[in-house]
Amino acid sequence: MCGTCGCTEGEQRIDARAQGEGTSRMIEVHLDIMAKNDRYAAANRLHLEEIGVLALNMVSSPGSGKTTLLVETIAALGPSAASVIEGDQQTRRDADRIRATGARAVQINTGKGCHLDAHIVGHALRDLAPDRDSVVFIENVGNLVCPAGFDLGEAHKVVVLSVTEGEDKPLKYPDMFAAADLALISKTDLLPHLDVDMDAVVANALRINPALDILPVSARSGAGMDGWIDWIRAARSRVALGRPIDTAAE
Amino acid sequence: MHEISLCESIREMLEDQAIEQRFERVRRIWLEIGPFSCVEPDALRFGFDAVMRGSLAEGADLEIVSAPGAAKCLNCGATVRVADRFALCPQCGHAALQVTAGDELRICKLEVV
Repeated sequence: MCGTCGCTEGEQRIDARAQGEGTSRMIEVHLDIMAKNDRYAAANRLHLEEIGVLALNMVSSPGSGKTTLLVETIAALGPSAASVIEGDQQTRRDADRIRATGARAVQINTGKGCHLDAHIVGHALRDLAPDRDSVVFIENVGNLVCPAGFDLGEAHKVVVLSVTEGEDKPLKYPDMFAAADLALISKTDLLPHLDVDMDAVVANALRINPALDILPVSARSGAGMDGWIDWIRAARSRVALGRPIDTAAE
Repeated sequence: MHEISLCESIREMLEDQAIEQRFERVRRIWLEIGPFSCVEPDALRFGFDAVMRGSLAEGADLEIVSAPGAAKCLNCGATVRVADRFALCPQCGHAALQVTAGDELRICKLEVV
């Protein structure tokens, strides 16, 4: 307090100086933190629609068998009808495996990154230059958590869950199952050796996302692959017809 | 830990706002986070302090405001409040809930100088 008149003006000034700042003010804003990614995703989606390309964002835990599944999927579709954007923290191994099928592939190494974002995928799409009416598989970083939150501009997210991962995976990692339009239950050739309850896997996935399509597949035996290929062809024909993509489930 | 890249987006947005709204420093930031935003608040706090170091928001307080989640029951048609993805409908007990709100992830208020 001021010793002459009792005012507190000087104290306020000193207080403000002590903080090294002027008077603060409040600003009301509504800034969506995902807006930048979503702008890139929208640009990717528009570009893909213009060239009639179906893009599928393949997401799963590490080791669910995504690359093996893609190798067999490309064999069924034909290597000129598909191309792949491979996302991994390190190595070019997955892209090499895809190229061995005759299909084109671009490898993205995210380094420490745990997910692909729409900006890096946009660059990869331009490098890949997919053919009109073809399918682009975006094999995301093996991670059932972070890629759920990033729209890449794909038509659909496809989550791959191998039978060895157990019935409760959809409940433990719900965001990814909520974001996906299709769940592929992979490695079904291993079922005779496991105690896993397939009905419970399906029930748990549907509990998270009632609109989810679910297909059991084995890339090794070929069981269920026809159903998966039919699903891709149906999705591709929706893109070819230029119908708006149903995102109600997202 | 995609929360680190989200914090980098926040820093860029603050730098843009500093030019647009004419301020020098950010003292406090309010983030609205929905239960289905795929964000872990503790990881975001950890990343926030690290990413803001050396920026206009170094040392800023981070206030996290929880946004409510909502879902529509595909069985009885009710719109209900939900906090997790495997909630049952509180009206009819059915599990077929389609989430309709709760993926918010936005900056709603800033204290700046």
